Amino acid sequence: MEFLSYLLTGISLGSVYAIIALGYTMVYGIAKMLNFAHGDVIMVGGYVVFIGMNQIGLPPILAIIVAMGVCTLLGIVIERVAYKPLRGASSLAVLITAIGVSYLLQNMALLIWGSTPKSFPSVVSIPKITVGTLSISGETIVTIVVAALIMVGLTFFINKTKIGHAMQAVAEDKGAAQLMGINVDVTISITFAIGSALAAIAGALLCSSYPLLQPTTGAMPGIKAFVAAVFGGIGSVPGAMVGGILLGIIESLSKAYISTQLSDAVVFSVLIVVLLVKPTGLLGKKIHEKV
Amino acid sequence: MKQLLEKYKTANKNTKRDMLNYLLVLLVFGVVQLAMGGGLLTNSMKGQLVPICAYVVMAISLTLTVGILGELSLGHGAFMSVGAFTGVLFTMMNQESIASEPVRLLLAFVVGTIAAGVMGLLIGIPVLRLNGDYLAIVTLAFGEIVKNVLNVLYVGVDGTGLHIALGDESRLNLQENGQVLLGGAMGITGGKKIATFGIGVVLILVALFVAQNLVRSRTGRAIMAIRDNRIAAQAMGINVTKYKLIAFSISAALAGAAGVLYGHNYSAFQAGKFDYTMSIQVLLFVVLGGMSSFRGAMIAATVLTVLPELLRGMEDYRMLIYAIVLIVVMIFNQSPKAQEWRQTIVEKMPAIPFIQKIKTPKEGK
Repeated sequence: MEFLSYLLTGISLGSVYAIIALGYTMVYGIAKMLNFAHGDVIMVGGYVVFIGMNQIGLPPILAIIVAMGVCTLLGIVIERVAYKPLRGASSLAVLITAIGVSYLLQNMALLIWGSTPKSFPSVVSIPKITVGTLSISGETIVTIVVAALIMVGLTFFINKTKIGHAMQAVAEDKGAAQLMGINVDVTISITFAIGSALAAIAGALLCSSYPLLQPTTGAMPGIKAFVAAVFGGIGSVPGAMVGGILLGIIESLSKAYISTQLSDAVVFSVLIVVLLVKPTGLLGKKIHEKV
Repeated sequence: MKQLLEKYKTANKNTKRDMLNYLLVLLVFGVVQLAMGGGLLTNSMKGQLVPICAYVVMAISLTLTVGILGELSLGHGAFMSVGAFTGVLFTMMNQESIASEPVRLLLAFVVGTIAAGVMGLLIGIPVLRLNGDYLAIVTLAFGEIVKNVLNVLYVGVDGTGLHIALGDESRLNLQENGQVLLGGAMGITGGKKIATFGIGVVLILVALFVAQNLVRSRTGRAIMAIRDNRIAAQAMGINVTKYKLIAFSISAALAGAAGVLYGHNYSAFQAGKFDYTMSIQVLLFVVLGGMSSFRGAMIAATVLTVLPELLRGMEDYRMLIYAIVLIVVMIFNQSPKAQEWRQTIVEKMPAIPFIQKIKTPKEGK
């Protein structure tokens, strides 16, 4: 029973990672860049939900919708201001800029909201379910369900809508997509917008389960979600989901059975091993390098 | 002196440039010594001298990885901490057996540098097969692993020898007269402050010597060829992995040496000191220095460490300004549009020789 409860915690945490990883994977697939600031967009989402619920008194759902709007805007602005001028520059330059953006967001949050951690009220009002000796919190259930819904919705969006097809085309070949009349800039902006909106949801769910909100809240989950994206195969939507959940389970079990302090070390060792054995990840496609 | 001057005159352009860097370091050393003699330095400034030297060595080290090798390392703080912890543990353990303090410190430098270099080699073997973004993330992950492990690592010494344990101090099983050297998250306590500014400057010169000679050597040219075009370099018969490993482990070793210096400047320090923030700060030095210029990185490291001391009131905004500067410099230097714009300016003003000298940076990958 103990094992099952750890497993469920892991799946729930993994679902949050998966939602974040979707944002990474989509942006990576299309813009071929690692959006280092993605984790910090989660943090901003968390703060907006916090303010919406605590200071304005909005119902949780409305607060999350507002946060999604703010994060979407933030994502588009970041892309336009910081990343777009660097399209065509070396990947090192883009990555360093992304790190700069991540740092900027953290320090702006520090100035606006202070460094004292805020205790986040849960956005979930479902009572916990008890099955035998196993008790499942409402947060766990909601997180898993939301992640599944997002996964289905996103798969549908990418495969069935016109914008989704455009995204696939841009990911495949930017130049050819442009020749086919696809507006590459708009498509990339939409990708950032979707990723950032998902980040807001992830922020609300993450802070509901781990109710401490501070400017660095998003950094670690952000990096772990990237690990999850790489684990599942970067660029692949189902891969992000699988990678996220597996990573959550690994983290939760190593916290329970190895050491709380070393759980991060275990997670990152997994990344190194995965990259060694299968650099394209579990569900990733092998990309042949053209000269 | 005369011989040296003669040598300078006959040297080629690159050697002249390198020599200028040594001179610059010596010049700053002389000025600081004079200022100290004249009582112009406040106590807090004096306290910053050794850390500045450590940062400068870190800047040289990361310039090797980012500028010369062309790969991003976000875990350089970890190599620094490996150097700091092994170096300081070494001096603490050999307090009695090696009586002479300078010899002890010198050996600590050797031990710390080798430890970090070996670590760089070990992490480099799997990691350097990856490119670009992956490498950055793995080095970041590596930094976190080192920090986590150091936070639960306990090292103690007693009559029976060295004890190492994970997780809990009681697991060390020390005898009664035993002494805990490294106390997990508490870090190292009871170290001796034996690093001085003079030692720091010597270390900078040594690091500069190693780095500059590497760059000007056959190995260095191979490394830069890989940076500029990996596939073309491979086609020329350059063993990519081997040269990447050489550059990366030398860079790690230098970071370790910086750590040894840094560690010996404090009586107590924790692994948390060498976290992601430290790695980013050093990256900022390198970026502001122009990515592949040792001199630029050294100047950036010095100025950015001294400035906050002078601008006390700006403390809250410092990191924010760092972030903005990082983004703006990257866009201005690397964006294709900005490069074009700079080119047109150069073309429009042919009369001013100074502007003609400004080269547009090389095309990105």
